[in-house]
Amino acid sequence: MMNLKLKVWRQKNAQDKGKIVDYNAKNVSPDMSFLEMLDIVNEELILKGQEPIVFDHDCREGICGMCSQTINGIPHGPERGTTVCQLHMRHFKDGDTIFIEPWRARAFPVMKDLIVDRSALDKIIQAGGFVSVDTGGCPDANSLPIAKDDAEDAMDAAACIGCGACVAACKNASAMLFVSAKVGHFAKLPQGKIERERRVQAMVKAMDDAGFGNCTNYYECEAVCPKEISVRFIALMNREYLRTINHLGRKKGAGGF
Amino acid sequence: MATLDSKVPSGPITEKWDKHRFDMKLVNPANKRKYSAIVVGSGLAGASAAASLAELGYQVSCFCYQDSPRRAHSIAAQGGINAAKNYPNDGDSIWRLFYDTVKGGDFRAREANVYRLAQVSGEIIDQCVAQGVPFARDYGGLLDNRSFGGALVSRTFYARGQTGQQLLLGAYSALARQIGLGTIKMFPRTEMLDLVVVDGRARGIVIRDMVTGKIQSFAADAVILATGGYSNVFFLSTNAIGCNVTATYRAYKRGAMFANPCYTQIHPTCIPVSGEHQSKLTLMSESLRNDGRIWVPLNKGEKRAANDIPEAERDYYLERKYPSYGNLAPRDISSRAAKQVCDEGRGVGDTGKGVYLDFRDAINRLGENVIRERYGNLFDMYERITGENPYQVPMRIYPALHYSMGGLWVDYNLMSNVPGLFVLGEANFSDHGANRLGASALMQGLADGYFIIPYTVGDFYVRSGVSKVTTDHDEFKKAEAEATDHMKKLLALRGKRTVVDIHRQLGKVLWEGCGMGRNEAGLKKALAEIPIIREEFWKNSIVTGGNEEINQALERAGRVADFLEFAELLVYDALMRRESCGGHFREESQTKEGEALRNDAEYSYVSAWEYTGVGKIPTLYKEPLTFENVMLAERSYK
Ligand SMILES: Cc1cc2nc3c(=O)[nH]c(=O)nc-3n(C[C@H](O)[C@H](O)[C@H](O)COP(=O)(O)OP(=O)(O)OC[C@H]3O[C@@H](n4cnc5c(N)ncnc54)[C@H](O)[C@@H]3O)c2cc1C
Ligand code: SF4
Ligand code: FES
Repeated sequence: MMNLKLKVWRQKNAQDKGKIVDYNAKNVSPDMSFLEMLDIVNEELILKGQEPIVFDHDCREGICGMCSQTINGIPHGPERGTTVCQLHMRHFKDGDTIFIEPWRARAFPVMKDLIVDRSALDKIIQAGGFVSVDTGGCPDANSLPIAKDDAEDAMDAAACIGCGACVAACKNASAMLFVSAKVGHFAKLPQGKIERERRVQAMVKAMDDAGFGNCTNYYECEAVCPKEISVRFIALMNREYLRTINHLGRKKGAGGF
Repeated sequence: MATLDSKVPSGPITEKWDKHRFDMKLVNPANKRKYSAIVVGSGLAGASAAASLAELGYQVSCFCYQDSPRRAHSIAAQGGINAAKNYPNDGDSIWRLFYDTVKGGDFRAREANVYRLAQVSGEIIDQCVAQGVPFARDYGGLLDNRSFGGALVSRTFYARGQTGQQLLLGAYSALARQIGLGTIKMFPRTEMLDLVVVDGRARGIVIRDMVTGKIQSFAADAVILATGGYSNVFFLSTNAIGCNVTATYRAYKRGAMFANPCYTQIHPTCIPVSGEHQSKLTLMSESLRNDGRIWVPLNKGEKRAANDIPEAERDYYLERKYPSYGNLAPRDISSRAAKQVCDEGRGVGDTGKGVYLDFRDAINRLGENVIRERYGNLFDMYERITGENPYQVPMRIYPALHYSMGGLWVDYNLMSNVPGLFVLGEANFSDHGANRLGASALMQGLADGYFIIPYTVGDFYVRSGVSKVTTDHDEFKKAEAEATDHMKKLLALRGKRTVVDIHRQLGKVLWEGCGMGRNEAGLKKALAEIPIIREEFWKNSIVTGGNEEINQALERAGRVADFLEFAELLVYDALMRRESCGGHFREESQTKEGEALRNDAEYSYVSAWEYTGVGKIPTLYKEPLTFENVMLAERSYK
């Protein structure tokens, strides 16, 4: 069993200035997940009639993308390829001090404590992160063979859970890794190719409109990404974007969806 | 007195759906925008329904409690989705998928619904591929399949161990496209607190904005609930922390019938509980049973490490007891078998509540690379949680609550007995009978949302006309006032125990009395204990904070309050059903070999319960089940 010192960002609401508050986490078992450790701290706070620390979480198995905490300065904490809900306390030592803060990015305003507003990511998908097919009348699934490598590449990109850690890790608060994961997923598949120009333009515009920064190739995003999405998708997206303007010298796919 | 009319069309089973589609009324395209639908839930069922209805031109609003519709718990499904494509040429057909599902459900599902599900299954795969879902493929570029429990054919499509995620992202992208086009209004971080019924018809919902605390209502011509399952009533389950029964339970309190609440699925392969702090359980996909072999030591009190136990002293009990299905025996059967060997004292791990799932032989046969390619992310997840490397030592697994076959009663049109209230996905009871086969829930959710509701809602609109009821109606104001009052009561709780602690206690009572094995005495004990815990909750729990803010303590309290009432309904149902079927194992009703013993003469019906008041015995209605196409038979996997 371990005892830990926590320094946690508490902020009443979007208007509040917020501050770091100290807590003790006692009797922490190494088998606990990070969030279970916080559950215990919260149970104690509630019993004292104090407000628990709020944080986003749901699946607790690293797939929904809801959990979002910066631990000792690293989004999702020290374990590579791991969301904070899947981070286990065996990676900490008795007596450790742990800083816990929300995602920090202009496009992700803090709503309360560790909860931020990530609706900007949804807006980017709404702008073009889809194939424009309606329900029904689709051709047989095997009518279009897809090379296994392409399918695997598409899956590598599609594994993004939309958590936003890449944005939180980036000095510029850029959403390039997130956007490129979606662009890359579709660019690798014949179904996605039909609308590739419109898609990349619309998504990049939505990204800029939402106040995300530019990518200057620090690659902090890849380092914290719980799904280890590769920065090569950023390069791929840049190519996708360039082809929309180079082609025949006129801008293709303008007008959005 | 309510009545149950399943509205199953007449005619041969193969023609029912076609005929019904022809008989249903169509909405004039110019009139579609006059009709509105509320969709609660953005999982596979809700997102596919909302997108499909918006594409047709209806006005749709969609609600979910997470910060984004993409996070619905469908995202967590790992293994795959069934479809009767017969791509591997191994003998599959619509008829066989239908048969396997009816048998898998232990003959407690409605034949016509299941047949339709099998019929549309192929189209689901076509739809998903067109959306860009990156299913696994073989080297020729065609789709790959694997096997799942309860089937002798390979009909499961998958995307690594993230099938649910990829299918949900497909449906979410369709939803997002419509939101972008302005045809769907999306309300994330919004919790449905109540259903509004006016003159016997569902007219809208009451919600709480989870950011501002504002309680508000919405009216529409149809209300569609796709709010997922209620396994969290057991506290520990493979569901997400926020999964709840509130939406469906509140609809039940407003007159919708709850069907087969005791049919809960206990999944055989989950990571065992590690301590009191445990907040949820993690599934290890059933697909692992394709290559993993399940065993326990032959002898009680075995102290050696797994790898030191020689072959002759291992009991591969599933292979021994069910030679033809072996490790792929259905979930209910595998779970009970695991419990049995652990009860005999042969369980593994610190708690003795675990069995081995061993990949040694598969790794020797296929090489570690192949296993990594097939299950890499699951192995990583296992290692992250347990700190053990499953390439080197066998996984330890134990059954855990996973899925709820029961849900709100619906007819063939997926409409509940309350006109205008439709229920889709895990939230309804429709297709899985007493036990769901692996990879069939994703199929059902998408079938409901993409291919059934778009037809049946249209028919309902034409038959019932545009609603003139708005949220100014007294019933709306009353429901809002009740919801506000409920929040106030919860916020006034200033006792000595946390809500989570009380939820944990409820979970233990249910797991013991109404878990893998159920008997009269245990069920009666649970029925005696639940009201006491409920009273404890209302007297002695503590909820901090206020309403006009993000308040997770309040959210949890609201959900637990409903679980505490719903639990009783679940146990009443289990007590009533004095037979074993599927996930419901009544110890009084078993064969000499300890297998489940159904009692078709007395229990071949769907139980549908009508609310009569908190703590009161609900009224039971029965929808008889008749089997015209599948012969009622003992469900054998030997
Ligand atoms: C770990 C795991 C693995 C699984 N693996 C498989 C598999 O491999 N194959 C398979 O076929 N099935 C699998 N299943 C089952 C399957 O995933 C689910 O049954 C299915 O996805 C449920 O979909 P749904 O749309 O009905 O509900 P969900 O996806 O649970 O969505 C529920 C929606 O309702 C919303 N909601 C709930 N309550 C409220 C409320 N009160 N107010 C507002 N909104 C609300 C939520 O926000 C969410 O959007 C698995 C399940 C789990 C838990
Ligand atoms: S790219 Fe990685 S870090 Fe960024 S949102 Fe996706 S999963 Fe999260
Ligand atoms: S809670 Fe779902 S990814 Fe962490």
